Amino acid sequence: MAHIADPTAVEQLEQEVTEKLGFNDHFHDHHHGDKYSANFLTHYIFSTDHKMIARQFLITGIFWAFVGAAMSIVFRLQLGFPEADMAWLKPILGKWIQVNSSGIGKLDPEFYYALVTMHGTILVFFVLTAGLSGTFSNLLIPLQVGARDMASPLLNAFSYWFFFLAGVVMFLSLFLSTGPFSGGWTAYPPLSALPQASEGSGTGMTMWIVGMAFFIVSSLLGGINYITTILNLRTKGMNLWRMPMTIWSFFVTAILGVLSFPVLLSGVLLLMFDRSMGTSFYLSEIVVGGEVLDRVGGSPILFQHLFWFLGHPEVYIIILPAMGMVSEVLSVNARKPIFGYRAMVYSIMAIGFLSFIVWAHHMFMSGVNPLISNFFVIFTLIIAVPSAVKVFNWITTIYGSNFRFNTPSLFAVGFVSMFISGGLTGIFLGNSAIDIQMHDTYFVVAHFHIVMGVAAFFGMFAGVYHWFPKMFGRFMNETLGKIHFWGTLVGAYAIFWPMHYTGMAGVPRRYYDGGASFEAFKHFDDLNKFITIGAIVVFFLQIVFIINFFYSIFAGRKLKVKNPWGANTLEWTTPIEAGHGNWPGNIPTVQRWAYDYGKNGEDFLPQYVPLKEGEHDHGGH
Amino acid sequence: MGELSTPQPGRYRQSSINEQKLLLWVAIGTIVMLFGAFTSAYVVRRSAGNWYEFKLPDIFFASTLVILASSVSLHWAYSSFKRGMEQRYKIGLIITMVLGLVFVVMQYLGWIALDQSGATFTINPSSSFVYVISGVHAAHVLGGIGALVMATLHAFTLPFRPTKRRRNRFELVVQYWHFVDALWVYLYIFFLFQS
Ligand code: HEM
Ligand SMILES: [Cu+2]
Repeated sequence: MAHIADPTAVEQLEQEVTEKLGFNDHFHDHHHGDKYSANFLTHYIFSTDHKMIARQFLITGIFWAFVGAAMSIVFRLQLGFPEADMAWLKPILGKWIQVNSSGIGKLDPEFYYALVTMHGTILVFFVLTAGLSGTFSNLLIPLQVGARDMASPLLNAFSYWFFFLAGVVMFLSLFLSTGPFSGGWTAYPPLSALPQASEGSGTGMTMWIVGMAFFIVSSLLGGINYITTILNLRTKGMNLWRMPMTIWSFFVTAILGVLSFPVLLSGVLLLMFDRSMGTSFYLSEIVVGGEVLDRVGGSPILFQHLFWFLGHPEVYIIILPAMGMVSEVLSVNARKPIFGYRAMVYSIMAIGFLSFIVWAHHMFMSGVNPLISNFFVIFTLIIAVPSAVKVFNWITTIYGSNFRFNTPSLFAVGFVSMFISGGLTGIFLGNSAIDIQMHDTYFVVAHFHIVMGVAAFFGMFAGVYHWFPKMFGRFMNETLGKIHFWGTLVGAYAIFWPMHYTGMAGVPRRYYDGGASFEAFKHFDDLNKFITIGAIVVFFLQIVFIINFFYSIFAGRKLKVKNPWGANTLEWTTPIEAGHGNWPGNIPTVQRWAYDYGKNGEDFLPQYVPLKEGEHDHGGH
Repeated sequence: MGELSTPQPGRYRQSSINEQKLLLWVAIGTIVMLFGAFTSAYVVRRSAGNWYEFKLPDIFFASTLVILASSVSLHWAYSSFKRGMEQRYKIGLIITMVLGLVFVVMQYLGWIALDQSGATFTINPSSSFVYVISGVHAAHVLGGIGALVMATLHAFTLPFRPTKRRRNRFELVVQYWHFVDALWVYLYIFFLFQS
């Protein structure tokens, strides 16, 4: 088993050191288990154990990923095969498939927009924010900093339940007779501000707002807990420069979240007043269906500012945790320290800071002052610098190593590839002069799906495959995992690469027929079909993952050693089936940074191993 | 191996600050961002013109004094608590609670005065902003009053014992109350400068 570190060496280390340190599994048996987890309900459902909450976030996230991906297949069919008969979808979509007299079913255009909107909302917020941060911040923060749980386990459980509630509201909105909100995931007014603007703008939008408000509360409760735990509950010896990259990235992510989500909340609150109380924050001189409304003085651009002030940090809220996990997985599997650890930390901070002053690059075409645009162009382009530092350091970490190619490490490498491809197109879009041409075309769709969608998913997959043994005490199947990886890598490029070309040619995004009605875009018909077929293949590959995931929970190969990958971080020091409180005995004391791989001829030196006489510690001062 | 001989069976903390307080500080940070967003939106919107000018009712000045007084009385209650003076502690709490309620009522009267002066809720974003911002602030004050009610119930039902635990809990209320007070002072000055 090449991907397992030499088990005898691991065992020996654990024996020697953990006995002395007093956090082995045999001490203090009375700590074991959770005295509050007496029955099924409190153990699995209303748990306050961060490890259980992490699993809840993950499984809920997988559910939403499935729903969101299924939606994309439906609208991709519409885009690739606008002439095809969709009557076979009638049993699922009901009235949204209109069957004409000759039996040909067509997707309702209004529902096409609803699908695109929900796809974006679900994937960005429910899957890549809650599913990703919720899962791994919860699982890893207490375990890796050496804490027994979050600062407030109760608020942490609330964080999950608000997310759950947000999901319930959003899910129910799918079944409204007027359909869910259909004005795009960015919810720009006036479509979002006037209930009469479109079918989805009525109850659908109201439920979207309520769902998002719950979601924001969930994110804030999670975020304040993560920050407090990292600041105050690190174990003895875990100084900041000894924290794993994962913890740094979760930390900055949480800071971005608590600073930016309240701004979205303010924007959404004002939207609510415009919708139901007759104010006109975002509305001015509007005519709907020939009727002149008496709303004056508002500005739809104001919403865009408030939205993107969250929206841009939000994309980093999505990518930073993935970056942290990729750094960790690459270093463990390269058996080398992460290259330029401090540069990595500083670039995360720089990215986090810069992400707050670039939001208007989403608004170059919204009529903002071109002079002000220049400011945003410059800061947007500067983000490429810390991003490039990170890419350089990942590559250098792998370079010249005896790299272990297993599913998590392959996904981590895939992440780097996707991040490069998508980041480069960001530099094009960041130039306002180019963006005037590219805005709202498939070029943008290609950009953010590669750099955010696929890359963040790859980071998440790397994390799931890597920490699955920690979460469920079993391994996922490697063969299925590799099929999943290679298929998804090739498939994702097949889907999104061609979109750059259609976008450069000017094909607009969010068109019901994918631009097919324009004579100028006719030659893209085949390409569009190709993309759709790619999407279907990739969708089925994700089902392989889901089957592998659930099958492995119950029947995967059992984990026999505590530290299967030979990693240095503390999560691998708890018992295989750790109870609430994580360490049955004492909490380990940290003696060194997290990246002593291949140091002085040792394959790895976990963080609890004391420094030798005269040994230099990278995490020291 | 010095460090090895210090087992940590319980939790380990990096600093002596209590977790709940740290949590509350971060939560206060999120509220600051919420109002920061509101007031920035106000400034951005105002600079775009089509702005209805009006005068802020004087009652908002009076309510500012009331909420400032409530912070003073809460501080008095808190220092009495620390010095073990039960009677003053209880009286201070009740005064604070009453002042808090008076503040909310005065805000409400302020909205009525605004409405009567012609600056109605929907006439122009300039007035809508004042209602919404002060309204969301009042909601936060109501939350604080809820916390004060809890603290008062504790004060009157539990035996008076200024333990560290009780003190920590009380300090959370104090921390939050001073914050909503300061937040209103900021908002009031902001509105004054804008009109
Ligand atoms: C070098 C780094 C990057 C630059 C310069 C950049 C630049 C841009 C620009 C200018 C746009 C607006 C395009 C338009 O609408 O016309 C954009 C869109 C977008 N970017 Fe990036 N980007 C970068 C990295 C990222 C990363 C890392 C993510 C996510 C993890 C991301 C996610 C998005 C998303 C979601 C959108 C589109 C939102 C929408 O309109 O629906 N970008 N990017
Ligand atoms: Cu952006």
